This record gives sequence, structure tokens and C-alpha cells, in this order.
Amino acid sequence: MNENFLDQFLFIALPYVCLFTFFLMTIYRYRVQSFSYSSLSSQFLENKHHFWAVVPFHYGILVVTGGHLLAFAIPRTLLAWNSVPWRLYVLEISALAFGILTLIGLIGVVVRRFGNSKIRMVTTPTDWILFAMLLVQTVSGVCQAIFYPWGSSWFATNMSPYLWSILKLAPDISFVASMPSLVKLHVVLAFLTIGFFPFTRLVHVLVIPNPYLWRKTQVVRWHGTRGRKP
Amino acid sequence: MNIRSQVSMVFHLDKCIGCHTCSIACKNIWTDRKGADYMWWNNVETKPGTGYPTKWEDQEQYQGGWEKNGDQPIRIKSTGKARVIPNIFHNPHMPSMDDYYEPWTYDYQNLFNAEEGSDQPIAKPISMITGEDIEVESGPNWDDDLGGSQIYASNDPNLEGLSDQQRLQLSSVERLVMFYLPRICNHCLNPCCVASCPSGALYKRGEDGIVLIDQKKCRAWRSCVAACPYKKTYFNWFTGKSEKCILCFPRLETGQAPACFHSCVGRIRYLGVLLYDADRLEEVANLPDEELVEGQRSLILNPHDPEIIRKAQSAGIPDGVIESAQQSPVYKFVMEWKIALPPHIEYRTLPMLFYVPPMSPVMANFEEGLASHTMKNLFHGIDESRIPMQYFANLFGGGHEGVVRYAMGKQLAVRWHRRAETVGDVDRATADRFLREADCSLEEAEAIYKLTSLCTFEDRFVIPPMHREEAIEMIKEPGEQKAETGFGFVGGPRRGL
Repeated sequence: MNENFLDQFLFIALPYVCLFTFFLMTIYRYRVQSFSYSSLSSQFLENKHHFWAVVPFHYGILVVTGGHLLAFAIPRTLLAWNSVPWRLYVLEISALAFGILTLIGLIGVVVRRFGNSKIRMVTTPTDWILFAMLLVQTVSGVCQAIFYPWGSSWFATNMSPYLWSILKLAPDISFVASMPSLVKLHVVLAFLTIGFFPFTRLVHVLVIPNPYLWRKTQVVRWHGTRGRKP
Repeated sequence: MNIRSQVSMVFHLDKCIGCHTCSIACKNIWTDRKGADYMWWNNVETKPGTGYPTKWEDQEQYQGGWEKNGDQPIRIKSTGKARVIPNIFHNPHMPSMDDYYEPWTYDYQNLFNAEEGSDQPIAKPISMITGEDIEVESGPNWDDDLGGSQIYASNDPNLEGLSDQQRLQLSSVERLVMFYLPRICNHCLNPCCVASCPSGALYKRGEDGIVLIDQKKCRAWRSCVAACPYKKTYFNWFTGKSEKCILCFPRLETGQAPACFHSCVGRIRYLGVLLYDADRLEEVANLPDEELVEGQRSLILNPHDPEIIRKAQSAGIPDGVIESAQQSPVYKFVMEWKIALPPHIEYRTLPMLFYVPPMSPVMANFEEGLASHTMKNLFHGIDESRIPMQYFANLFGGGHEGVVRYAMGKQLAVRWHRRAETVGDVDRATADRFLREADCSLEEAEAIYKLTSLCTFEDRFVIPPMHREEAIEMIKEPGEQKAETGFGFVGGPRRGL
């Protein structure tokens, strides 16, 4: 009974609190403090190790997160893909490879920030908390890929229905309740990260530039009506 | 024809004494803040020299500006639509703080708090970033007056094409030469920083052509810093936003000259409006190197031409601005007299800050080892200039000497003319011959002399009425604008977590 209560708190209450915080605070921050939306790059202060830390981390985490989203969005297609063994192996190995890439990059990022006195000056307590969360999350993800293999399939069969049930406002925790503790930790930490998201530098993910690819080369701003050609 | 107006500038280098008053005026108003501490929106460099950031003119290293390969249309050297996404995590051409300098202050408290001892306490230099002790190794002006070394001058990228003998002469005893190059943002017609910004945060103001960075849209992708060939966009390491010279637009909008112009001791700075045809920008930016200076001039329209006035009016340019363009000192220097030239036009950003190249100091003539006082060769010819014409051509002519020779020849002729007028030891015929050779009429020579030497505040700064107050009323509650003091923030910008 007690454990059931804990599960209900971690997998029903917490996700909703985190998702609610995410949407509310992200919009609020964008409207009130749009100045604070920045990638807060530290390349200017240290340019020698920047590439080797930031680039592997970003490419790693983009692919890994994209994989999670795909498995969440199209679980049936994923299961169909995995029905042929070699295709499953390819998927699992590349997922693990990008997970390890993320981990290496993340360790690089933390070491670089900690080791350089200039960058330490622009690293806030929030950043350190975030790095700790991401580090635990990445380690737990890589461990799952090693110790609980075929995650791409069991994510599709178990985690995807759970996440959809959250989204449909009819939470069903039977899928997660039976999972090993490592997986549970990963899920809880994922929701915590989402809840923490609007209070961190992570918001720069939401302002990635897409208009550049379509806009005209030069940008001119007019006040009033003068810009319209006669 | 798409007529626009542009607030443009002329710096008369023959008058610059390198006092850095402009830099200090700018620093005190705009960049005396955490994160902006290393920025000098206005800086003054000694030439020949490497400048700030070190060797900024070396585009092999910095990859700034536009590049033209054969018949292909120009493209941004450091980025582009295909390269912006893969390079967004790490900008491969981003200069780092080491290319500028690490800002420092002094531990003044130590003068009061030091333990009693046998030595006088000192104020040690400490980093403005970390607060730790710092070994000061470079500064924004480290090679001022050549910095006591030949290293800075000999590494100047503008020395390209000079013979070994010419290079040696630049620093030889009794021929040593230098001049000063004050630099602010050029507020270009084809700004590379604007074109490179992935977020679209940089823009050119339609009414006056001032190039600005929208601080609320900047996301620190750092493209503008790499793209600007003049290195006049700076990265604020604390706020995570790029910043640049704003041409003191809050001052301009209230009819005052920008702080660096206002404070200039040598009165070298001129400001006025130019009208130009925005439809031909792309065509001109694509011209071959040797045609760029003339091409840029061909964009600028004659504000006295009734046809142009009519078209400008129908394009919505206020009469006050057109009148201001007619009195613009910049138009005189750039278009009528053609003695002011754009810096490094080969970067193809079409800068709207023009420089009058400096004459070398008057040299004594030596006869049998003694200084002679005869009038023969009183002012040496431009080919005997201590700074070779090729050097000026690299800096102001896109590598081609023609336009530079013209500008120097005319200035020399004005010198002869005024000598004949005031001292009288040069006969009129000699002065007239120089004027004729320099394609300069008597009236023109007098006008150049007057605007160069006797210019008042009103002559130098012809500031157009900007009518910003009317524009603001249309789009915003004036009270709100007032509370934000024109910057779009009430509480002040706060760094993101």
C-alpha cells in the first residue's frame, strides 16, 4: 500500500506538477524576461576545449532525446522495425553510442566549467544543479542500455503507453510500477528536469533559430509606415 | 529606385592626434559595465600596427566580411544558410577574449588595508572577470604609438605588396612614421553582421541606417562577432548577448552629436545624411575589387538634383532630412571633393564611415647635410610620402592606388594654395599648377580648407530631424517609452540563469 502511494506520487502527481510548471513558467519567462533567453555561450572566454566538450554533448543529446520522442510518438512503427533482429541491433548499438557520446561531452562540459576560473564566474548554482541532474540522467540511461537491453522495444510497449496515458489525462501507472528501480529513477528525473527547465539555461533549446533559413539576407526595421514602398 | 537616407560619417585623419578622448567618452557612457568591460565601441589605433582585436584586418585568420569567388554572387565568409546549423554549437571562427585582452583593475583596497611592513603597499592588478591576480600582457591600446617595438608595425596586414625596402623605411631612424586610425561601427549598407545573425536580432534602421542589435532577440549564437570584418560587434560575456556601437542614437534623436564626435579634440569628425539607392546595393556589392570605391559612390544620390528630391519625397523621406542631406559635410567630402574613402571596401560591406587619408609630416630638405630653407620642394610630393601609397591603397582603396592618389593629390594642392595665400612665399602660378593637376578649382580648395580648418560645431554635425517622437507615438504609449528611457526595458536587463 505504502509503495503504491509512492508510485502514485512519483508517476502521477509529480509529472503533472512538472509539466504544468514547464508550460506556465516557460511562457511567463518569455513574456516577462525575454532578455534572459540566451544560450549563454562561454566560447568567448575559453575557446580551446570548447569544441571537444560542447559539440559531442549537443549532437549526443539531440539524437538521444530525438530517439525517445520517436519511440513515444510512433511505438508501433518502432516495434515493426525491431521485428528483424539486425535492425534491432543497429538501433540499440547506435542509441548506446550516442548515449556514451552525450556522457563524454557532458563530462567534458563539467570539467571545462570547473577547471577554468573565467568560466566558473559565469556558472551559476542553477547550472551546477542542472549538470548534476543531467549527469545522473545520462549515466542511468547508459546503464539501462547496457543492463536492460532492447530498450527501444520495451520503451515502445511499456513507457509509451504510460506517457500517452499521462497526456490523455487518464494516468495508468501499471506499466511503470513493475519497472526496475533504475528505470523508475530515469523517469522521475526526466520529469524533474522538465519541471526545472524554465528556471535554467535550457530554455535556449526553445529559441533555436529557424527563420534564418528562409528570411532575406538583410534585415531592415522601419518605424511607422515608411517601410512600405510607395 | 528605392531612396533611403543614411546617417554617415567622415573622419579626417590628417587632424587626428591620437588622444583617445573619443574612446573615453564612449566608454564612460556605454561600456563601463560588467561583461562589456573589455569592449571599446570606439577605439583609436596606431598605424602601421596590429590594432584591436590583434590583427583584425587579417581575414585569413578571422574570416570576416563577404567573399567573392569568380562570377558567383558574394557570400558571407564565416557562415551561411548551409553552415549555420552545424556550426551553432561551436562557432569555428569566433575570436576569443585572448584576441582582445582580459580586462583588469587594481586592488586599491590594499593601499588602505595592507599589513604594516617595511615596504610601501602597492595596488596589484587583478582580473575584472575572476578577481584573481593577473599578469597584464595586453590591452586595447597596447601598440599605441608603436608600443616601443617594431613587432606591431611589422605585423600590420596592410603592408602587403610593399617592398622590403619600403617596410624597412617605415621604421628607420628619421623616417619613422605613424598615424592614428579611430574606429567605430561603420553602419554599413551591406552589413555582414546583420546578414549572418541566425536569430534576426541585428537590423538596420530604415530611417537613418543605424545598425543595432535587438537585445531581446539575441541568443548568443555569436555569428555577428565572427562575420563583422571590422570586429565591431562584441560578445558580452556576462549577459550572453552581443553588443555594438549604437551611434549614440538616443543623442542623435534629440539633436546631439554622438559622444565620440562631440568630444573630439582634434575636430576630426563629421556627421551628415547621405541619400542612396537601396535597389542597387546587391549589384554594387558584387562589383570587382577595383570598381568598389567608385561603385559605392554611384549609390549615393545628389540631394540637390530636383528629380532626386521629388523621388525622395515620394519615398516618404521628410523635407527636413532632405535639407539636411543638402548641407551634409559628408556629401562634400565623399562626393564633391572625393577626398574621403571607405576603409577596406574589399570586405564588401559598403561601410558608411569614410576616412580622409593623412598627409605625412612636412619634412625638411637636406642639402649637403644641412637643413635647407629654400622653397624648392617645400611640401614633398605624394610619392615621397613616408607612408607608401600602396599602404593607403590597401587600407582605403581596396588595394588600388588610383582613388588614394587623387585624394592625396588634392590635399597637397590645398596646402600649396593656402601657403601662397597666407605666407606668400609660394608664387600663385605654382599653387595654381598644383590645383590644376589635382583637378581642384580655387573655390573648391577654399571650401576644403574652410571645412577642414575653420569648421564650427554646426559645420561638422548636420544632424537630421529624426521625428522619432512621432514614430513612437504611433506604435507605443509615450509614457511607457519614457519609463524605458528608449531602451525597451523598465527593470533593466537581467542575465538568464
